[in-house]
Amino acid sequence: MSQHDNNHEHHGIGYGGLTLVWLGLLALTSITVSIAGISLGEYTLFVAMGIACVKSILVVNYFMHIKFEEPIFKVFIGISLFTLVVIFILTYFDISFR
Amino acid sequence: MANGTVALEEKSFYEESTNRWNKGILAWIFSTDHKRIGLLYLYGISAFFLVGVLAGILMRLELIAPGKDLFEPQFYNQLFTLHGVIMIFLFIIPGLPAIFGNFFLPIQIGAKDVAFPRLNLLSWWIYVVGAIMALISIVLPDGPLDTGWTFYVPYSVRSGTNISLAIMAAFVLGFSSILTGLNFITTIHRMRAPGMTWFRMPLFGWSMYATAWIQIIATPVVGITILLVVLERYFGIGIFDPTLGGDPILFQHLFWIYSHPAVYIMILPAMGVVSEIIPTFARRTIFGYKAIAMSSLAIAFVGYLVWAHHMFTTGISDTSRIIFSLLTFIVALPSGVKVFNWVATMYKGSIDPKPPFIWVMNFIFLFSIGGLTGLVLGSLATDIHVHDTYFVVAHFHYVMFGGVGTIFFAALYYWFPKMFGRMYNIKTANIAAALYFVAFNMLYFPKFIMGYMGMPRRYYDYLPEFEAMQQISTVGSWLMGITMILIFGSLIYSMKKGKKAHKNPWGGVTLEWHIESPPTLENFHEIPTVKTEPYDFSQLKEMDYESK
Ligand code: HEM
Repeated sequence: MSQHDNNHEHHGIGYGGLTLVWLGLLALTSITVSIAGISLGEYTLFVAMGIACVKSILVVNYFMHIKFEEPIFKVFIGISLFTLVVIFILTYFDISFR
Repeated sequence: MANGTVALEEKSFYEESTNRWNKGILAWIFSTDHKRIGLLYLYGISAFFLVGVLAGILMRLELIAPGKDLFEPQFYNQLFTLHGVIMIFLFIIPGLPAIFGNFFLPIQIGAKDVAFPRLNLLSWWIYVVGAIMALISIVLPDGPLDTGWTFYVPYSVRSGTNISLAIMAAFVLGFSSILTGLNFITTIHRMRAPGMTWFRMPLFGWSMYATAWIQIIATPVVGITILLVVLERYFGIGIFDPTLGGDPILFQHLFWIYSHPAVYIMILPAMGVVSEIIPTFARRTIFGYKAIAMSSLAIAFVGYLVWAHHMFTTGISDTSRIIFSLLTFIVALPSGVKVFNWVATMYKGSIDPKPPFIWVMNFIFLFSIGGLTGLVLGSLATDIHVHDTYFVVAHFHYVMFGGVGTIFFAALYYWFPKMFGRMYNIKTANIAAALYFVAFNMLYFPKFIMGYMGMPRRYYDYLPEFEAMQQISTVGSWLMGITMILIFGSLIYSMKKGKKAHKNPWGGVTLEWHIESPPTLENFHEIPTVKTEPYDFSQLKEMDYESK
């Protein structure tokens, strides 16, 4: 092996930052659990999905380090998410028009 | 490895191990060499394929006359499930990427190996573990599963057979597929030789790239879905069970969100192989290189958007039926782009009809029938009539077997001399291709007619009016069995006894034809610098090829 391309630096937010993100995730989880008992009518789904989105943004950016990576990774994740959204929308064409 | 001596460089990968065992099975099953791993897949996948063929022939035997002939209805159900599961999960999905992708993708882009050789070996091991789990599920006391390869709820939740283990096997096999995809995407992004720009990459590489994306994005969906079935069986979580507020149709949505793109995991690599073989034997650069490359990506993307065409009769909403029917027709566009470009490549070429080319002609014919009957199924009104009949069975055999299966053989005949350094008998190969064509159409064409007349799929019995056609089909299955014996027999013989192959027997110009047959451990003496587009046949003048 002649190539070593490990020379890009590992920046991040350090242990303190990571702990903060972790606490944030725990807080969001407890919100999810506590509002599960409250009837929000048709907003239930949106609230639950909203919280889940915030949590995954935190995990993807900090724990999975995407915030500090090259743009190509962001493009890849963007394409995957876009596909997922399209799949959701198409499924709703069935569920909501039945 | 440091600069090898001349003596070292002339050894082929068969003679040089990547681990501490020099010889024997351990030197193979723990090898991280992409070529050895490709061959390991070849042996495993071919073995399962033959088991699947045997199950198919047995089913056809039961159908030789109306009424019960050989076995009980339950055994027929288990046979078609076994046949479907083997053919889909163990043969056709991993087939081309795992065998030929592993062996040739790195070579075609000028690399020594894939980006993650150990992960590559792991993916083979995961394949083996998944396959063993599937085999165990057959022999355990409750018996092989009987749901069909689609595991539809509610039956898969209720059936008393070994569903859970078989489903876990499919789950594990999915991981193998994901790892292969991950490896290929990274390899293509990071390991291309100097000068090998994206648009100088052989089209097989493009098709592997598109395939790898589907493997990564879609496979987890089916993994989770079938895990939910297991949870439903053990804990009654109610996600698919209507009495608990669940929705059985949701299973079909989730299942096909993977399994439809999975048909593109099967066909895209096959289309890539076709785009390699046609220029080589027409001695002409491919027509519309960029259009073919981009149509692979387009197929991969549009392939995500059509899954509900498997569900037109399940009671999904009319709005979605119309949308999915429309989207289905759109997939025909990029597929059409490819077929027209291939035909245009042959136009005014100097065609040399060697066996790989003849197999590709088989492909174009059979796949076109499969693809066009797909449009019959994709249009709502006609689908209502032929849904779940033999018409569908004929359609998917024409696309999967006639399309991808045919290209499996085409690829084998094309790259055999490179992989094994030996040549097979051309005449036998031609006879096999002709026999295959006859057998195939005998076996499956009657199924279109029977399906149109109303013969349902997955039945072990039928009305007397179908007898003649069922028998033609059964005789076709025997002929197909003979063809398989001929193909595998002659190739296995040639692996050992065939005459030494020239390093470029066909006059191909992509990178694999520039190196030794069989290749050395690191493929290239030194990493090549690429200066031309992939199918530039003017370089053939300076190359060493057989008819010179
Ligand atoms: C000699 C070769 C083959 C024969 C004789 C054969 C025959 C059959 C028969 C008789 C059925 C059951 C039809 C029914 O009752 O519904 C069937 C189903 C099926 N075959 Fe094949 N087949 C062969 C090769 C293949 C190949 C190469 C593939 C895939 C690449 C394949 C994939 C399937 C699938 C997915 C099913 C559906 C199973 C299910 O209903 O769950 N077959 N085949």
